Amino acid sequence: MQFGLFSVSDVTADPTTNHTPSEHDRIKDIVTIAQKAEEVGLDVFAIGEHHNPPFFSSSPTTTLGYIAAKTDKILLSTSTTLITTNDPVKIAEDYAMLQHLADGRVDLMMGRGNTGPVYPWFGKDIREGIPLAIENYALLHRLWREDYVNWEGKFRSPLQGFQSTPRPLDGVPPFVWHGSIRSPEIAEQAAYYGDGFFANNIFWPKEHYMQLIGYYRSRFEHYGHGTAEQAIVGLGGQAFMAKNSQDAVNQFRPYFDNAPVYGHGPSLEDFTEQTPLTVGSPQQVIDRYASMREYFGDYQRQLFLMDHAGLPLKTVLEQIDFLGEDVVPVLRKEFAENRPAAVPDGPTHASLVAARDAAEVAAAESMVASADVASAETVASLSSEGK
Amino acid sequence: MAENVSNTDVSAAAGASNGAGARPARTLVVVSAGLSQPSSTRLLADRLTTATVDRLTEKGVQPSVEVIELRDLAHDITNNLITGFAAPKLQKALDALASADGLIAVTPIFTTSFSGLFKSFIDIIEPTALTDLPVLIAATGGTERHSLALDYAVRPLFTYLHAVVAPTAVYAASSDWGSGATGAGPASGHGAVAGGGASALPDRIARAAGELTSLIIASERSSRVIDPFALPAGFSPVGGYGAQ
Repeated sequence: MQFGLFSVSDVTADPTTNHTPSEHDRIKDIVTIAQKAEEVGLDVFAIGEHHNPPFFSSSPTTTLGYIAAKTDKILLSTSTTLITTNDPVKIAEDYAMLQHLADGRVDLMMGRGNTGPVYPWFGKDIREGIPLAIENYALLHRLWREDYVNWEGKFRSPLQGFQSTPRPLDGVPPFVWHGSIRSPEIAEQAAYYGDGFFANNIFWPKEHYMQLIGYYRSRFEHYGHGTAEQAIVGLGGQAFMAKNSQDAVNQFRPYFDNAPVYGHGPSLEDFTEQTPLTVGSPQQVIDRYASMREYFGDYQRQLFLMDHAGLPLKTVLEQIDFLGEDVVPVLRKEFAENRPAAVPDGPTHASLVAARDAAEVAAAESMVASADVASAETVASLSSEGK
Repeated sequence: MAENVSNTDVSAAAGASNGAGARPARTLVVVSAGLSQPSSTRLLADRLTTATVDRLTEKGVQPSVEVIELRDLAHDITNNLITGFAAPKLQKALDALASADGLIAVTPIFTTSFSGLFKSFIDIIEPTALTDLPVLIAATGGTERHSLALDYAVRPLFTYLHAVVAPTAVYAASSDWGSGATGAGPASGHGAVAGGGASALPDRIARAAGELTSLIIASERSSRVIDPFALPAGFSPVGGYGAQ
């Protein structure tokens, strides 16, 4: 089970001080936050991609490449990479490059974005969102697996004998998650490829995501990648903690009430009841998130949104301390308990290389075995002919 | 939400019918966007509901009625606009609409159009959730001069959503509540009024209820299976070119 952070990279005024950090501050802070995540023992740090204010993260591979140089263990990911408006050739190149520099500590999550005008800004049509996600990923998938690609599609110029460089590290592409909040097409796509499926799970009631993940699991099995319980599932989450739960509520309320996404809408009490946002003691967060597998099945990755809504860096780092020291160690134990042996861990470069090698050995053995059968049959037929 | 309309007691209506054996069941949802309590919008909604339930029962159909008072959902509707999801009580209302066989939608006319609360509610409904839904549209207002708002504002709204809107829309101005049923023919409904003048409110209600009843009887919406994961026809997870 992998635990980590995901950031949407918003630059938001702190409602308690009216101070708005500069982009430069937030960009440097995000590096500190990623380093802190590694320091407290988290497994994953993911950052989003946006092309409009108030978000700073337009170039995730630059950010993640820098963080890779400043860290040793933490897996770097995206939340999300825009498979719709980016050229899949450039995604193949950028993330293979990052994968090498980070010694394999890279995966990525495909998404379609949340800002309509991004499509026309990049010369695309939002009504083609799903077809773009489907076709672009089909090309990306091939570019990482085939040395020379001939390609003709609807959305980009054709390719003849094109090789994207660098080739993936050890010949194994970065693992891919597909994120969607409502589209069965994307769940179907993730299932078809045997890729991971991530439900952001933070803004809506869990029942909605339970249906979507249930669908992905059944389709994963349908496409022959394993049983439904072996499908690769990730969830988002959101928490704010203090030693005493009432302190957490008092401290977080002004940030909640003014947050860009849900501020000035439902009350903190209603929102925490209706969505997985948990505001309280570390134990309350443990209880809430330990129960997630009852709804979603045993899963592979849990990411938390921690730096958002104008929370100052100091507070964010305190929250990461709570997460790393009080919450995640207990959740690791809880999730390990009664976890079926057949349910895989979250994929890493090492596990993917091992799986690839095991598959090659198995294929070689079955070739030898079938060759043995064939020669035995030849002997048998020869001897029967001889009679 | 979901208070029963006192005079549409379903079991009493069923008892009064002479239908034998299993009668076809249909669900009727009533949306009332009145803001005051008591409201003339709700009053009109109740009159239309009673008339429709009576007609359905006469035709041997078993109606069940769910009334959605938007006033009770006003905060949830606003929150849904902001957060993108419905609180449980509002979700129940949306689910009822998605599987209804008929809808009676009544809004006050404010500043020449449907009320803001009414439109906000319509705006959070899934774009395909009202497809094929028989709808009776109705409105209330202070003066009959706004009666055409039903036809230039409310009717196109439901047409856009691919609902089937009954030809007769019922507008009740304040003065209608004090008018008699003069000029009304027998309460049988359809085209009861002779001549070109405006018919009285009871006649308009009866005619509209008759039209909605015919549409509801033909509806199979409540027996449909709604699959939220139905993929579009021809969908391929690798796209048209990916498998090359």
